Amino acid sequence: MTYTQTQDSLTGGVPDEGNHDALRVLEPDGTRVSDATLDPWIADLSPHELRALHRDMVLTRRLDAEGVALQRQGQLALWAPCRGQEAVQVGTAHALAPGDFVFPSYREHGVLLGRGAQPADYVLAWRGEEHSAYDHTTINAAPPQIIIGAQSLHATGWAMGAQRDGSTDVAVAYYGDGATSQGDVNEALVFASSFRAPVVFVCSNNQWAISEPVTVQAKYPIAGRAPGFGIPSLRIDGNDALACVAAMRWALDRARRGEGPSFIEAVTYRMGPHTTSDDPTRYRAADEVEAWAGRDPIARLEAYLRAEGVLDDSGLDEVARAADALAAEVRAACIGATTRAPETMFDHVYAEPHAGLARQKAEYAEYLAGFEK
Amino acid sequence: MTALTLGAAINAGLSKALETDEKVQLMGEDIGKLGGVFRVTDGLQQRFGAQRVVDTPLAEAGIVGTAVGLALRGYRPVVEIQFDGFVYPAFDQIVCQVAKLHYRSNGRIRMPLVIRIPWAGGVGAAEHHSESPEAYFVHTAGLRVVAPSNPQDAYVMLQQAVASDDPVIFFEPKRLYHSKGEVDPDADLADAPPMHLARVAREGTEVTIVTYGAQVRTALDAALAAEDDGVSLEVIDLRSLSPIDMNTIAASVRKTGRVVVTHEAAREAGVGAELVASITEQCFEYLEASPQRVTGHDIPYPPSKLERHHVPDLDRILFAVDRVLERGEGVLR
Ligand SMILES: Cc1ncc(C[n+]2csc(CCOP(=O)(O)OP(=O)(O)O)c2C)c(N)n1
Repeated sequence: MTYTQTQDSLTGGVPDEGNHDALRVLEPDGTRVSDATLDPWIADLSPHELRALHRDMVLTRRLDAEGVALQRQGQLALWAPCRGQEAVQVGTAHALAPGDFVFPSYREHGVLLGRGAQPADYVLAWRGEEHSAYDHTTINAAPPQIIIGAQSLHATGWAMGAQRDGSTDVAVAYYGDGATSQGDVNEALVFASSFRAPVVFVCSNNQWAISEPVTVQAKYPIAGRAPGFGIPSLRIDGNDALACVAAMRWALDRARRGEGPSFIEAVTYRMGPHTTSDDPTRYRAADEVEAWAGRDPIARLEAYLRAEGVLDDSGLDEVARAADALAAEVRAACIGATTRAPETMFDHVYAEPHAGLARQKAEYAEYLAGFEK
Repeated sequence: MTALTLGAAINAGLSKALETDEKVQLMGEDIGKLGGVFRVTDGLQQRFGAQRVVDTPLAEAGIVGTAVGLALRGYRPVVEIQFDGFVYPAFDQIVCQVAKLHYRSNGRIRMPLVIRIPWAGGVGAAEHHSESPEAYFVHTAGLRVVAPSNPQDAYVMLQQAVASDDPVIFFEPKRLYHSKGEVDPDADLADAPPMHLARVAREGTEVTIVTYGAQVRTALDAALAAEDDGVSLEVIDLRSLSPIDMNTIAASVRKTGRVVVTHEAAREAGVGAELVASITEQCFEYLEASPQRVTGHDIPYPPSKLERHHVPDLDRILFAVDRVLERGEGVLR
């Protein structure tokens, strides 16, 4: 469905009916179908780009599996699995230019991978060693956001700055369906629209906000809200990687041409628990999970690429080896992590010296030293 | 009497409140089917229905703001904020609206609202999940702020908070959720001590430790350790942070002449600062040593691998006890 105009153009589907009504170019079995809105944006995808897209989705899944395993082994304090959401994360990230800047939520492992985050970047925060391990300037990504929806305003402000600087860089805010209930997210739509900010909002509607189905947040397709703010939107099949690339290119192009914000609702599914401390069996049915397993984004792309002759067994082997290597790196970074000295927790509270805190730090260091005597 | 965890005691208190008054309504994220991320509301939706135990949209300002409207309509909403760090999106509604409506309406509007907050650290959680925001609320007139430290208090104080016509911020020490204690489920609320009174958690003669929430446990442990060293500590469990029961504190300090205040929240302008100032005003001539504070540092809550250095432990409390007794090793000069 395309929401580009006003409420009148909306057909009013219910938000929990799966993603049957969403735009797609790949059917669940990998058959290529055409879609007039999306097709033009992916006509030029080369075999090399298609393989890269597939590879990064496989790597994301493997990274995610490793995160879950490390948590189960007590190496990580927590992990937020993204299995099932690889297409929206990797597909949208692939469409970005290096100068664009992403504002991710805690679940966007594939987006960060796409921005070039390193294995250690992933594990240190989830292990409890750092609040955010990566350097935002090297991968153009803000620290992962835990406060639901806050990043949507940051992205909008960044975009307002980019606009003022006359640059063509675009900001992207990633959040979930639950986040759309937050004031911040709605305020971001107001600002983005009022100032025509070059920002793209990517809502990964994975059907659940912890235990709450999307119907608690929305009685109407989420993509249908944006037009009310004057922001065009697309509701796409978030398990179709090509649709995700296409929609993102559409939105980025609008932003770079000075047409302002766009909104993408990628309808997908969170296959695992909300986090490793969640128990989804308390609130959702096994057959729902099973039905979505049949729409798996990686299997879908793989089937298409095989049919097109872009990917064969040896190509898949190569990807599997790359995934093993990444998993090993993540594991090594995790197990090799050392906890920093306690006094360092006083650092970086302020950018400029702060006498009171300096005194506290010195006192605490002396206190600790007292135990060594 | 039955042994319950602190979490189960709150669940029992909520259940009792829902039974007693049909105007009581619970609201929050994931409190229904899931029973809350800590299972504190487990089974309540099943028992009382989705009209009274409401899974809300994911919006804290929305939860508290609509609770204001429900209260205006005669309901007694009990809202759950999923974690301490997520109360800030609702901050404006709490401090500008909830706290002030009674005053603004010359007492015509009642705000019988309870805001439950799983609170503070020590559980190895992620960023924003271990905050101690109590000082913000204590600083705001119009709010009552309480923090139980054991299952019996949790059970009773929750019901008292629901019964109160004032808005109550109800801090639940999450690192004690699974710790057990005896609870009298038939306790008559009328006989229970009012929630604004402090409790002498342990009697002693030489130093008064004033604390609240999960730190009560730590202080009691410190008192046991001090006893081995021949030092007698009295431990006061505040229970209520606003108002603060200065009578109980002053009586203790006048007896011991020495005081250590401990809490997990940051030191600067925290509850401890208020306590030390009030103790100094009211008990100056009884003090044998300057009061000491043992608190979290003035830093954002650190990553979990470092939190044991942030949350005051037994050693840091004993160190301060030594200082007020002036028998320290002179580590700090
Ligand atoms: C302001 C705030 N409130 C509550 C939470 C607790 N919480 C963390 S994730 C989550 C559900 C988010 O759902 P959604 O936005 O759909 O994203 P998803 O996790 O499904 O990707 C909740 C309630 C939070 N992190 N921040």
